[in-house]
Amino acid sequence: MDEAHAKRRRRDLVVAAVLALIAALVPLFVKDVYVQNIMVLTLMYAALSQAWNILGGYCGQISLGHALYFGLGAYTTALLFTKFGVLPWFGMLGGGLISAVIAMALGYPTFRLRGHYFVIATIVIAEIGFLLFHNWDWAGAALGIDIPVRDDSWAKFQFTRSKLPYYYFALVFCCVAWLVTWWLENSKWGYWWRAVKDNPEAAESLGVVVFNSKMGAAAVSAFLTAIGGSFYAQFVSYIDPESVMTFQFSLLMALPAVLGGIGTLWGPVLGAAILIPLTELTRSFIGGSGRGVDLILYGTVIVLISLARPEGLIGLFSRRPKAKGAPQ
Amino acid sequence: MTAPLLETRGVWQRFGGLIANSDVSISVGRGEIVGLIGPNGAGKSTLFNLIAGVLPPTQGSIIFDGEDVTRLPATARCARGIGRTFQVVKSFESMTVIDNVIVGALIRTTVMREARRKAHEVLQFCGLDARADVLASQLIPSEKRRLEVARALATEPKLLLLDEVLTGLTPTEAQTGVELVRRVRDTGVTVLMVEHVMEIVMPLVDRAIVLDLGKVLVEGKPADVVRDPKVITAYLGDRHAVGA
Repeated sequence: MDEAHAKRRRRDLVVAAVLALIAALVPLFVKDVYVQNIMVLTLMYAALSQAWNILGGYCGQISLGHALYFGLGAYTTALLFTKFGVLPWFGMLGGGLISAVIAMALGYPTFRLRGHYFVIATIVIAEIGFLLFHNWDWAGAALGIDIPVRDDSWAKFQFTRSKLPYYYFALVFCCVAWLVTWWLENSKWGYWWRAVKDNPEAAESLGVVVFNSKMGAAAVSAFLTAIGGSFYAQFVSYIDPESVMTFQFSLLMALPAVLGGIGTLWGPVLGAAILIPLTELTRSFIGGSGRGVDLILYGTVIVLISLARPEGLIGLFSRRPKAKGAPQ
Repeated sequence: MTAPLLETRGVWQRFGGLIANSDVSISVGRGEIVGLIGPNGAGKSTLFNLIAGVLPPTQGSIIFDGEDVTRLPATARCARGIGRTFQVVKSFESMTVIDNVIVGALIRTTVMREARRKAHEVLQFCGLDARADVLASQLIPSEKRRLEVARALATEPKLLLLDEVLTGLTPTEAQTGVELVRRVRDTGVTVLMVEHVMEIVMPLVDRAIVLDLGKVLVEGKPADVVRDPKVITAYLGDRHAVGA
């Protein structure tokens, strides 16, 4: 039986490698910039949702405030670069670390809350973050920050002529987020998180330090989310609170995981691959006047999913091995 | 005589005006199977939770393996060798049976391969290995009880606290359970079990402690305990004690 388990994990790894390879080759055939743009966003949201899934899916702490960490990543990179000339790569790392620390500082009081109360707290805290940045003059307040773009450069991580470098970074980011999850899933942390999600009291009786488990999940999740924020800042080269810290980002990180399969390895990737192109396409078809139609779409998707397949679309692909041995 | 594995010294627990345990001092020797019995509301579950570390006692101390563990939380007590089951089963429903047990095994090792091996070993011991890859939510009630025991055993406890694991089972299932508890003891684990159903526990335990109204009423050999007038009074009322 150990063999079956090891085999399953190896199979996941092989599938991921094949998918990554295909994704790496796609831009050779797809030259359309608009489509490339959608692919970059899809990969980014797949990674972000994977990050969200660590805290929300595996550890069961549903956060609808991850826009805060996304925004922190974006702002840290942009501020460090425009004010101090620090290269985005360091800003990315810095943003990740700051977010991880803040996630733990916020987790200290909020992880005592359960269920809906925790969700409400995450929404409110992210909203406070939004308002702070909205009114913080040094950080550009409501006007935001314009990242000066000169020439294409890997050091400054900015490219004007082609979207491909962004595409490949997003792909690597997505692969890293997936690999981190893959590795954590079969570690002490992964087991602890799932135990905490299912039954904290029983987990404690088995030696699981519930509070620390949540803190660990929050830190990893926030770190990866902030990396995504840093990337996004470089990708769009202009950020303001509206464009990186609104509630909609929190939703867009949670939804792919929920759609694809919450607390599963492949859920976020599958969910993002469906939801993000769908969102972008509806937006462009309906045009500027259709603002909000994508939100209607999310709502519909959530309702359909929770009715038809509460475990997520991944349930269509993988069947659990049939029960062996009759109950006695 | 060697020091007992577990000792409670003058333990009190008050919930507001309600006194659930008053001045309870019991001891459990190494390798014993001890039954904690008593009528409803006697304070069994409270005492059980105090020993497992779910809540600290209002007063008194709990000594485990020569160490004062009174102020330690449940996680730390598990690490020291106190394993427990829950009266109302608390399986990790979204996880498979084997994964449930691995969670317990991970307190002794962080090497996944080792934890998985240990979990299979424990499942085999509890007769659940055939169901290893089934989701815990798909188990039938008696299997869930055994999963509770397996999970606790995976933490390699010195003392196993069983909270009504035999209650509500069919006679055959209960008999299997009794044999399992005996085999657990044979591996060197001390067992303290709360039970409601006297006729199941009495043949199994080496010693019985009867709680009533939060106090220790009687303790001794099961055969003596069941004949004790005080016990009969506690369970059935004064009228029935006359003939004893």
